[in-house]
Amino acid sequence: MSRASITKAHEKIQELSWDPTFVTPVEKYATDYTFEKAPKKDPLKQVLRSYFPMEEEKDNRVFGAMDGAIRGNMFRQVQERWMEWQKLFLAIIPFPEISAARAMPLAIGAVPNPELHNGLAIQMIDEVRHSTIQMNLKRLYMNHYIDPAGFDITEKAFSNCYAGTIGRQFGEGFITGDAITAANMYLTIVAETAFTNVLFVAMPGEAAANGDYLLPTVFHSVQSDESRHISNGYSIILMALADERNRELLERDLRYAWWNNHAVVDAAIGTFIEYGTKDRRKERDSYAEMWRKWIYDDYYRSYLLPLEKYGLTIPHDLVEESWNRIWNKGYVHETAQFFSTGWPLNFWRIDGMDDTDFEWFEHKYPGWYDKYGVWWERYTEMSKKAAGGAPITFNAGADYEYPHRCWSCMVPCLIREDTVMDEVDGQVRTYCSEGCHWTDTVAFRPEYQGRATPSMGRLTGKREWETMYDGVDLAEVVEDLGYVRDDGKTTIPQPHLDLDPDKMWTLDDLRGYTVGSPNVALNGLSPEDRETAMQKYRRGGPGGRPAREPIAAD
Amino acid sequence: MSTTEAKPEATETPEGRNVPRPVFTDAEAGAKEFPSSTSRKYSYFEPRKRKASVYEDVTVDVQPDNDRHLLQGWIYAFADGSSGYPKEWTGLKSSDWHKFLDPNEEWEQTIFRNASSIVRQVQASVANASAAGSFETWAKSWTRVVEQHVGAWAHAEHGLGLYVYTPAQRDGPTNMINNALSVAATHKLRFAQDLILYNLDLTDKVDGFDGQAHMATWQTDPVWAGVREMVENITATRDWAEQFFATALVFEPLVGELFRSHFVMQVAAIHGDFVTPTVIGGGEADAAREQRGARHLFELLVKDEAHGPANVALLDEWAAKWAPQAEKAARLLQPIWSQIPEKTLRFEDSYDRAQARFSSQLSDLGISTPEGA
Repeated sequence: MSRASITKAHEKIQELSWDPTFVTPVEKYATDYTFEKAPKKDPLKQVLRSYFPMEEEKDNRVFGAMDGAIRGNMFRQVQERWMEWQKLFLAIIPFPEISAARAMPLAIGAVPNPELHNGLAIQMIDEVRHSTIQMNLKRLYMNHYIDPAGFDITEKAFSNCYAGTIGRQFGEGFITGDAITAANMYLTIVAETAFTNVLFVAMPGEAAANGDYLLPTVFHSVQSDESRHISNGYSIILMALADERNRELLERDLRYAWWNNHAVVDAAIGTFIEYGTKDRRKERDSYAEMWRKWIYDDYYRSYLLPLEKYGLTIPHDLVEESWNRIWNKGYVHETAQFFSTGWPLNFWRIDGMDDTDFEWFEHKYPGWYDKYGVWWERYTEMSKKAAGGAPITFNAGADYEYPHRCWSCMVPCLIREDTVMDEVDGQVRTYCSEGCHWTDTVAFRPEYQGRATPSMGRLTGKREWETMYDGVDLAEVVEDLGYVRDDGKTTIPQPHLDLDPDKMWTLDDLRGYTVGSPNVALNGLSPEDRETAMQKYRRGGPGGRPAREPIAAD
Repeated sequence: MSTTEAKPEATETPEGRNVPRPVFTDAEAGAKEFPSSTSRKYSYFEPRKRKASVYEDVTVDVQPDNDRHLLQGWIYAFADGSSGYPKEWTGLKSSDWHKFLDPNEEWEQTIFRNASSIVRQVQASVANASAAGSFETWAKSWTRVVEQHVGAWAHAEHGLGLYVYTPAQRDGPTNMINNALSVAATHKLRFAQDLILYNLDLTDKVDGFDGQAHMATWQTDPVWAGVREMVENITATRDWAEQFFATALVFEPLVGELFRSHFVMQVAAIHGDFVTPTVIGGGEADAAREQRGARHLFELLVKDEAHGPANVALLDEWAAKWAPQAEKAARLLQPIWSQIPEKTLRFEDSYDRAQARFSSQLSDLGISTPEGA
C-alpha cells in the first residue's frame, strides 16, 4: 500500500469505534493513573491489511535462513560456549514476549483512546509471533546443536531454576499490578524502549561473531516490530503527562522500572555477551561500551531527558548508579561469577575463562584480573572431576562466600558493600541495593507519598530460591529439578565443555553437599549476631571474597 | 578427541579488516556420543500424538503454572493478592486446563500465512470487480444494504475483537487457551478492517455510496440495537470463559451466521454482487475456526470427571442468559430481509437454520437449549 492510501485507510478504520450506551465498561485491571479522553494519534498508522503481508514476508526470510543454516551446516561453526548460554536465554525470553501480548488489555482498558487501542491490539499479535518464533528457534537448536540437554527441558527448567525466576519478573512485571505501571511504564517505556537494544541487537551481534547467524535472523525480525511498540508506549506516557495527578506515579514507576530492568537485564545479557563469547578482538565493544551507547546515550539522553520538558523528574541518580555498577562495581562480572559458582544448579554448561579471555577483560576493564582472574583459574581447576573433589560451589578453596539474594530483583547481593538488610512484613530480608529496598518497602505498597495507591501490585511468591531446598543434598536437588541426562546419572550442568562421558560430572559427584538458604540462616540469628554477620558480609568482595579483617565493634 | 582439546582452524583475517573469524567447532548434532546426545524433543509434556507438533512445541508450558513445573510460585500479585493466571477468573473448573490444545494449531507461521492469504483474496476480488465494472450493475437497494448493514456489521466484529477476545486472552489459565483467544481477536479485528476498508473502496467506486452511513446505522438504527446491546454486554463480562461461550457458541450461530451466512452470502450474488460474499467469507471461515476451538474447550469441560456436572449447570445458566439476547438481536434484524428486491430467502428460513446450528452445538455438549431460543 502507498503511504497515502495507508493514511486514508488508517483514518477510515477509526470509524469502527463507538461509545457504548447499554453498559459501562467493566474495569478488569485497575490503575491509579487518571486519563482524560485525548485525541492522541498513532503516528505509525497501523492497519492490518498492510501488517499481515509485511509480517508474512518477514517470516519467509526467517524460515529461509533457518533452512539455509541447516543445509549449510551452521553448527559446525557455532561456539559451544555461546550456545550453552542460549539454553538459559531462550528458556526465559518467550515468556516475556507472550506476557507482553497478555499485557495489552491492561493498557487498552486504562487508556481511553480507540486509535491507540488498535495499535496495542496489533502489538498483541506481534508478541504471540515473537514468543512462538523464539520457541521454534530453540527447537531448531535442540535438533541440530551437538548437546541438546537443557534445550530438551527448557520450559520446565525455566519454571524451576533460580535464573528462570530472575528472568520471570521481566514478564510477570508486564501483566500484574497497576495496569499502567505494568503494561506501559515497565513494559513499553523502559523494557522495550531501552533494554531491547541490548537484548535484541547486541545479543544477536555477538551470536553472529560466535558462528550463529540464526539468532540475529530471528531477533532482528523481532526487533523490527519494536518501533511500533515504542510508539504505542510514547503516546500513552504523553497522555499520562497531560494530567498532573499522574506525575508522582510516573516518577515512582520510572524509578522502579528502570532499576529493575537494569538489575535483571544487565545481569543476564551482560553475562551472555561478556562471558559467552569467544570473540576476543580488542576492537569489539564490551557490554559496558554497548550499554553506554545504546542505553545511556540513545535512551537516557535522547528519549528520557526530553521528557523533562513536560516537567517530569527523570531518575538521573539511578541511571548514573547503573552505570557505576556496570563500570566501577563489576556488576556483570560478579553475576557471571555467581552463575558459574552455582553451576550444578543450572541447566546449561559453563566454559571457564582462559588466558585469551583474561587479556581481553583486562584490556576492556582495567583491574579485572586482580578482582576475578584468580577465581576463574580456580574455576577451571575445580571443573575437573577429581576423586573427592568438591564442586566449586562447595569448595573452600574457591575463596567465595555464597551470596544473599535480593528480595526485589532476586539477583543475589553481589556488590557486597551495597547490601541492605531490613525487617519487612515480619521477615528479615536482604536487598542488593537501596533501589531494590525502595522497590519493596516504598513502591509496591498501597500508599505512596501520602496518597492511596490501591491498584499497585505486590511482591509475592517464594522469592529466595534457596529456601525451596534448604537443608537438602545437592544431588537430590539436581535430581528433583530434573537436570539429569538420559543415562540417569550424568548431570545436564557441567563446569566445562568437555563431552567425554568420563569427564562429565554425575549425581554421585554432587552427593554429600547440602544446599542452604542464606535467608533462613539470617532469620535464625539473634538481632545482634545478624547485624554482625551483615557487617562482615558487606565488607566482603570483590569477586565474592569473604571479609578477612576482624569486625570492628560499633 | 574432545572439543576442548580440538585446535580451532581459524581463517586468517586480511590486513585492514577487523571482523570475527569463522572457526571450525564441529558442534553439530551427532558429532559425538555422550549422555543425552540424542535427546531431541521437549520432554516436559505429553504430546497429543506420538510426536509433538510444532504447535505443541512452541506453545505448551510457555505460560508457567503452579500445578506443573513452577517452583517458586508467581512473584508479582495484583493488589487483591491474585497472581499469574488465576483459575478463579472463570466460574468453570477443570481437572487439567492443559488438556486443551487448539484444534487449529495456530502459531506464528499459520497466523500470518492465513491472514495474508485472506487479505490478498479480498484485495484481488475488489480489484477484479472494479476492473470488470461489476459494481455498476449492483441493484440500488442492495447498495443501500451494503453501505448500511454490511458496514454496521464491521462494528460488531471490531467490538468483539478488541473488547472481548483481546482482554480474554489475558485471563485464561494456559498458553494454549490464551493464544487461541489472541488469534481469535486478530481474526475479528482484521475482518472488521476488511469490511470497513471495503466500504472505503465502494465509496470511491460506486456512485452515491454513502461511506458514513454505517455509523448511524450501527449506533441509532433500531434494527441494530439488539446486536449492539449484546456485543456491549459481552464486553462488560468479567468471566473470560463466559465471554468465549457467549461469543463463539451463542452470538456467532444465532446472530453472526444468521447475518453473514444465511443472509449476505445467500442473496448477494442475485443482486450482482460477487465481492461482498468474498469479504464476508474470510470472516466466516475465521469464525468457524474459533467455534472449533470453543467446542473443543467446552467439550473437555463438560466431560471433566470431577467438574463436568457443575460445568454443565453453569453453561446452562450462561445459555439461558445469552440466548434470549441473541434471539432478540436476531429478530430485530428481520427488516433487512425486506430491503432487497430479490426475496429468495425468508427471514424465518434463515433464522431456522441459525437456530438449528445453535441447538445442535449445545446439544452436542450436553447443554440445554433455552426455551424460546
